[in-house]
Amino acid sequence: MAHIDLGNDLPGIRGPMAYCPETSKPLNELAEALLRDDNNTLSRGDRELIGTYVSYLNDCFFCQNVHGSLAQHYMECDMSYIDAIKANPAATVLSDKMKALLSIAGSVQKSGRSVTASQIEKARALGATDREIHDTVLIAAAFCMYNRYVDGLATWAPQDRQFYVDRAPRRAAEGYLDYDLHK
Amino acid sequence: MPYIPLEEHLPGITGLLEYRQDSAKPIRELTQVLLRGPSSLTEGERELIATVVSSRNQCRFCTAAHTAAANVLLHETETSEAVKLDIGTAPVSDKMKALLEIAALVQAGGKKVTPAAIDAAKAEGATDAEIHDTVLIAALFCLYNRYVDGLATVTPSDPTFYQGLGERLKNHGYNRLPNGYDHLKKK
Repeated sequence: MAHIDLGNDLPGIRGPMAYCPETSKPLNELAEALLRDDNNTLSRGDRELIGTYVSYLNDCFFCQNVHGSLAQHYMECDMSYIDAIKANPAATVLSDKMKALLSIAGSVQKSGRSVTASQIEKARALGATDREIHDTVLIAAAFCMYNRYVDGLATWAPQDRQFYVDRAPRRAAEGYLDYDLHK
Repeated sequence: MPYIPLEEHLPGITGLLEYRQDSAKPIRELTQVLLRGPSSLTEGERELIATVVSSRNQCRFCTAAHTAAANVLLHETETSEAVKLDIGTAPVSDKMKALLEIAALVQAGGKKVTPAAIDAAKAEGATDAEIHDTVLIAALFCLYNRYVDGLATVTPSDPTFYQGLGERLKNHGYNRLPNGYDHLKKK
């Protein structure tokens, strides 16, 4: 049971979002700008993967499954590949640039101060642009917020992971703006 | 030096928010709603939540900025210093102590927030809306602190910088200034 009376029984972040529409609007606008806007050299799949990895490191079941399913949808892979990336990105066939960006995201999850100049240099040497480095840090930081909002209020999450996989195509098509929280 | 090229006259968060304005817009709006919107918590109390979380994340820029904003709003400097050192003995209400304890747990991780911490806040009269806002403000500053330090932005050492910033946050809130920030360039 959630720590406060949300007035609805929606899962995950949708519960507090329906509870407080004033903050839900900018929270969703931020997700849209960071994860879905097409004016970006990182693919939607790359960006969802960063969100998934940070949510995994924060042990947020709801977020890592919502965004892992979206990454899986965009990357046209199965969830076992997403799980392998979460467990150890370096051991997968991801591009070296994405591995370097996920390493930065992993440091951000611990603390902003954990990101080192050598991590940044490595990403840049592998072709990451300033804007990609910026977006990686901000996406990782944003998930440190979303994960804490979801778990800090003790929202509930469906335990069947197929629930999230089934919803991913619709969320990918509709985006984060103006979707019906109740559907 | 920052890891990415940012405008030199805009240290800390401001240069980042100007670097990518389309993502800055909802971040600013969220902050304005949470810290300046209608609430049964005062603006000063909400700045104390931001101060405690930033301090525990060891983000020097955000800690100094929100300490300054809290001081301007509270018309004194004692409380903001006290909550950073020890919430339990700080000169704030028992309800605020309980809410600051929740914020400190959120800083450590969402799952660290216990039913006992929530019950303690409710027993001191905290409403569901106050608990919701406390959790989300604390979570938002876990974003800000990581954004500011993760890209190694500049932290000014001059205390008068933060005094000016605190006044700006009191008078203008968190919305982007209508004419931007070029007036801050050194003449």
